[in-house]
Amino acid sequence: MARVFKFGDGISTDAIIPGRYNVTTDPSELGKACFIEARPDFANTVQSGDVIVGGRNFGCGSSREHAPMAIKAAGVHAVVARSFARIFYRNAINIGLPVIQCDAIYDAVGDGDPVSIDIRSGAIDVNGKMFQGEAPGPVAVAIMEAGTLIDLIKTRGWAAIEEVS
Amino acid sequence: MGTLTEEIFSRRIGRQVHAGEIVVAPVDYAMAHDVTGPLAIEAFRKLDVPLWDPERVIMVFDHILPANTVASAGLHKIVRDFADEYSVTHVFQEGICHQLMVEKGFIRPGGIVVGADSHSTTYGALGCFSAGFGSTDIAVTFATGKTWFRVPETIRINLRGALPPGIFPKDLALKVIRMLGAEGANYLAVEWGGEAVEAMSVDERLTLANLTVDFGGKAGLCEPDEHTRAYLGEAEVFDLHPIAPAYRSVIEVDAEKLEPQIACPPAIDNVQDLSAVEGTELDEVFVGSCANGRIEDLAIVAGYFKGKQVHPRTRTIVVPASKQIYMEALARGYIQTFMESGALVMNAGCGPCLGRQHGVLGPGERALSTSNRNYAGRMGSAQADIYLANPAVAAASALAGAIADPRLLPLPALPKRVWELVGGRN
Repeated sequence: MARVFKFGDGISTDAIIPGRYNVTTDPSELGKACFIEARPDFANTVQSGDVIVGGRNFGCGSSREHAPMAIKAAGVHAVVARSFARIFYRNAINIGLPVIQCDAIYDAVGDGDPVSIDIRSGAIDVNGKMFQGEAPGPVAVAIMEAGTLIDLIKTRGWAAIEEVS
Repeated sequence: MGTLTEEIFSRRIGRQVHAGEIVVAPVDYAMAHDVTGPLAIEAFRKLDVPLWDPERVIMVFDHILPANTVASAGLHKIVRDFADEYSVTHVFQEGICHQLMVEKGFIRPGGIVVGADSHSTTYGALGCFSAGFGSTDIAVTFATGKTWFRVPETIRINLRGALPPGIFPKDLALKVIRMLGAEGANYLAVEWGGEAVEAMSVDERLTLANLTVDFGGKAGLCEPDEHTRAYLGEAEVFDLHPIAPAYRSVIEVDAEKLEPQIACPPAIDNVQDLSAVEGTELDEVFVGSCANGRIEDLAIVAGYFKGKQVHPRTRTIVVPASKQIYMEALARGYIQTFMESGALVMNAGCGPCLGRQHGVLGPGERALSTSNRNYAGRMGSAQADIYLANPAVAAASALAGAIADPRLLPLPALPKRVWELVGGRN
């Protein structure tokens, strides 16, 4: 069963992957350094399919795409947060890391709680309780259906986004 | 009709555009640097198409310059090979990307520019809609010359009155962040206006626009005016104004009542009046960055340093934001003043701001910086504390070895606005 890793408010991309560790484009190297200083045991304890639950303004700061890459490469299935910084949210969707905004869940979960998520609907089951995250916008849905922004643009071009705008 | 943002998008797309709409829009330029560039290049290569326009892709080496490890040299090589292969015209290693975008003339009022760096909001100071993106978005722009935007609603911030002596645009920005919080403008554009902004030079406005992203703003715009025109050295009058704008909210800030503002660790919105942290001992002072590394900022610091020594406990690092600024500081004697005062002067670029070079902080150390980020671990150890302040506070604090109030020191002879002194864009 996937488990929750809970974080606080204002988790910056510097906390997710500090500047000294994003000197690479290799996802596996980034995954090993995910939260290396903010939560040094994270990369060793997270298992494939686990979920991050964050507070407000998750992913604030630098535009470094290494941050969602590191989270994804560490094995995280999705990030649920009370709110996301704009660039992080967009980067995560672009590379195929599901992100769901859900305010109500935050106070109801703790580290290690069992969780399952339906990415498409935004429904989250944690400790047997159901929460409904906000549905992604039309562009995010189009990207998620293609896999990544690169997949979407490569196969369908801008028409894919123009037709949902 | 509409906000500056709606006006810019409407003109570019050729029909009236409203906040909330999703649009695919052409951009003037797409910028990436030595950290975000390699990922953008990898993503671009997956698209397997020609580069949209080699003259409209800007590549800057600034975050780690010169390369300080084998790994960072490898990143640089990815960028250099790409630039060679695709005949990219504009490749720079002479300062911070945001300063160069402005200095080199890529930024025009009414333009739309995207950058693979969060502080790409900086160009809004000239009335350009500019926003930060990740590498994959920029890769798609490299391929197509376009990106998609949800046209943002706008917060209008009116800065009322004149800045009192010893108060700078940095203090106004930090005050607004204190009021609105670190995500107060998330997904929104910000318009900076009011008497204090109208009186500001373009350099000063660049500080406001730069810090807009640090409270979540997608873009931070100033209406182009006589200052903009003088800065660009052009005769054209920019007819770009908000027209019957519907703002999401309007915020008034009284500039005249402001104290120096300090962003305290570990968050940009943990802002206090200077008096609350005065006397905090410092291991490092950093003067520079895309927030406050321009000639006016260096002039202020040199003014306070002239004939004095920085405190021996406090290593003081000065990094001009660009070569042009560095050369101007040389010509004016500021660099000599910094050296004589005991400060270290580094080559133009991002300097110690992002904790990878030129003054990394150790565990338990405290720094005061004129930059824009104070997250734990930003400048080195996650156990180091970072305070953010205006350049005068940085100067007074370097001299005292502790956070100090520059208003207690004799006011140095500050030069006129930088656009008068530098004589506009080269």
